[in-house]
Formats: sequence, C-alpha cells, structure tokens
Amino acid sequence: MWVWFHKLGSPRYFWGFSQKLMPWLIMACCLAFLIGLPWALVFSPADYQQGETVRIMYIHVPAAMMSMMIYVVMASAGAVNLIWRIKLAELVAAASAPIGASFTLLALITGSLWGKPMWGTWWAWDARLTSELILLFLYLGFIALYNAIEDRRSAGRAAAILALVGVVNIPIIHYSVEWWFTLHQGPTTQGMRVGGSIDPSMRYPLFTMMIAFNLFYVMTLIKRTRTLVLQQERNSGWVREMVGSR
Amino acid sequence: MMRAAFILLRRDLLLAFRHRTELVNPLLFFLIVVSLFALSMEPDPRVLATIGPGVIWVAALLAAMLSLDSIFRADFEDGTLEQLMLTPHSAALLALTKVLAHWLVSGLPLMLMSPLLALLMNLPIEALPALLATLAVGTPVLSLIGAIGVALTVALRRSGVLLSLLVLPLYIPVLIFGSSAVGDAAAGIPYSGALLLISALLVLTLTLAPFAIAAALRISLE
Repeated sequence: MWVWFHKLGSPRYFWGFSQKLMPWLIMACCLAFLIGLPWALVFSPADYQQGETVRIMYIHVPAAMMSMMIYVVMASAGAVNLIWRIKLAELVAAASAPIGASFTLLALITGSLWGKPMWGTWWAWDARLTSELILLFLYLGFIALYNAIEDRRSAGRAAAILALVGVVNIPIIHYSVEWWFTLHQGPTTQGMRVGGSIDPSMRYPLFTMMIAFNLFYVMTLIKRTRTLVLQQERNSGWVREMVGSR
Repeated sequence: MMRAAFILLRRDLLLAFRHRTELVNPLLFFLIVVSLFALSMEPDPRVLATIGPGVIWVAALLAAMLSLDSIFRADFEDGTLEQLMLTPHSAALLALTKVLAHWLVSGLPLMLMSPLLALLMNLPIEALPALLATLAVGTPVLSLIGAIGVALTVALRRSGVLLSLLVLPLYIPVLIFGSSAVGDAAAGIPYSGALLLISALLVLTLTLAPFAIAAALRISLE
C-alpha cells in the first residue's frame, strides 16, 4: 500500500496511472449526471412551499458542499507537500484551487437565484452566505499568491502555508459570522438542512447529484493535475520521449 | 535565547525611533479614513454614533494593514533577515519579537489615538473603555496574522494589493467581535463576551502564528 502510494507520488507513475483511470472516471461521471440531472430537475417532486424553485437546491447544495471539501483537500495536499516535499501534492493543491473557487461561485450564484423568489432578495447578510463569500476570497487569495511567485516550488509551499492558515481560520470565521448575525438580528430564514428532515423522494436525487459532483471534481482535478505535471516536467526525459514519439 | 530576542527588540525599536516621521503616517491615515466616512454622509450625530464602532474598527484594520509591510521589508532587502534566520536561535521566537516591536510602534499608537476618533464619531463616553480594550487585544492579532501574509509576500516586488487580498479575509473575526463589543458598550449592554473571544483569538494566534511566520520566511528566503 505504502509502496504504491510512494510510486503514485512520482509524476511519471501518476501520468501512466491516471491515463488508465481517466476513461473510467469520465464514464462514471457521465453516468451519474445522466441519472442525477433528469431525476433531480424533472422527475423529483416539487416542494409544497417552494414549488419548482426547490430544484435549484440540487445544484446549490452539492456545489456548496464541494466548495468546502475542496478547500480541505487543498490544505491537506499543501500539508503533505510541506511535510514530505511530494511534488505531486503541490500540483494537486494548485489544480484544486480554481475548481474550488468555481464551485464556490456556483454555490453563491445559485443561492442568490434561489434567494430572489424565496427570500425576496438577491443577497442577505446571512451567516452562511457571508462565510461562503469569505471562502471565495480565501480561494482567490490562494490563486493570486500561487501565481505571483516566480519559482514554482516556493510558490507551491507558500500557497500551502496560506491554505493551512485558512483552514484553521475557516471555523473561526464561520462561527464569528454566525454569532454576529444572531447578535444583531433575529434569525430570518435558516438555509437548507440536509439529512433527516428531507423526504426520501428528494434525498436520493440529491445524493446522486452529490456523487456526480464529486466524480466531476476528481475528473477535472486529475485532468488539471496531468496538465501541470506535463508543464512542470517538460524538461525531463520521459516527457521529451513521449512527446518525441508522437 | 531571551537575550537575543531582547536585543532584537531594542534594535527594532531604536530603528523605528530613528525614522519616527514614518510612524506618524498610519496614524494620519487612520484619522483621514474616519473623517472621510463622516464627510461622506449627513453628519447627524445619531447616524455617526451608530456606524462609529464599525468605522473606527475598519479604519484601524486598514491602517494596521498598511503599516505591515515595514515588519520585514527593510530587513529583507539589506539581508538582515537572512542572517537572523541563520542564527541558532528559534526562528519563531525572533519572528514573534519582530512582530512585538512592530506592534509597539504601530498598534499601540493606533489604540492610544482611538479616543479622539471616538469623539469625532460622537460615540458615548461609556464606549471608550470597550474601544480601548478591544483595540488593545485586537491589534496584536492583526499584527500577528498580517505578519504571516508579509512573510509570504516579502520576496515579491509589488506585494501591496496581494497582501491585502491574503490578509483581509482573515481579519474578519477580529473586526466582527471588535465592532460588536464597542457597539454593545455604546448601547449599555455588557460586552465582555466579545472581548473574551478576541482575547481567545489573541492566545490562538500568539501560539500558532510565530511558527507559520517562521516557515513562511524560510520559503521567502530561498
């Protein structure tokens, strides 16, 4: 297991391994979306209060979930890079950041589209909305720092430190925003609660969409990481050989 | 070990004292930003008192951020920072000392000047202890978190805007608790909860930030 893990850390082995994995991932992702999208957007029942707008939730909730998960993945990859100096971890973190930022933006946009008919406003300074917005800032800061530093290796490690500082701060920011909001105004509308309170006829399409979003993330992550691997290893023997043989 | 930290502290304070005109700039900035807020709206005393805590805190935050660059910049450019990192003393302790020296010449004056601004913003006199207390425990947090950002960007030539992008989102909890404590004090509500939360943040950053700063400096010096 550990040997395999170490081998995966080498860019060359990763290239070959991900090449074999890619078609399967693409297939699984397409399948999940083919089942999930029609189920969620057409066949699942409309909500008795929210009507058809409830369907926004099937995009919004998975996107919001991914936005937080990807930050944790990014910070963990950064920590791996700082501790064991594994090149691939740095590339995984760098490849994750734009995907995570996009999911955060998607969650904000869909939330705002849902908020207009439901709350009557595009934007409210609600605790969740605000923390999601701050999460977007954290992603953009990571990307900006990574791009600003010339030397790729130190850029990766500097950005990793920033991601770790951010991951310590995210819970603090979240709770501070939540308390600020409860201190100053009574609770208006709580967001969606996923879990026991949701009816199975809505829960299963939602779960399918979550799986589809996860697969989509892994797929794009590997695709982006492969590009970065190729870019960073462009002067090494195996890349020259491979490009030369085509 | 402590002696090295003490010598570094004295050196930094002496250097700051020799360039005392530069120390005034963040304070002037603080004053100007607060007066801009007052000028941008009707100077109704009630409105000013409502937005006062927030405005003073935002201005203090921006002033603290603008003064950050001087923590490591000069030492980085003349190579002192590299020598400091090469000494056998703990890099985290030296980083903490530099942040402390910086706070003494930037955060502390901001705090001392805040009552004047509270007067300008028409805050009730009861809010003054809260303002001083929150700034006293809040500005060191700003310096410590900001120093991580500076350490990450010190090797870059134009780091000003990037630094604010990195650091400002991390300042949000301090801003929220600080301004809400002052607002509560102005309304006559007990504010110890928010004050204790900022103190908790101070303890957390005081223990963790020096290590992050040291690690970031090592990367920047490569």
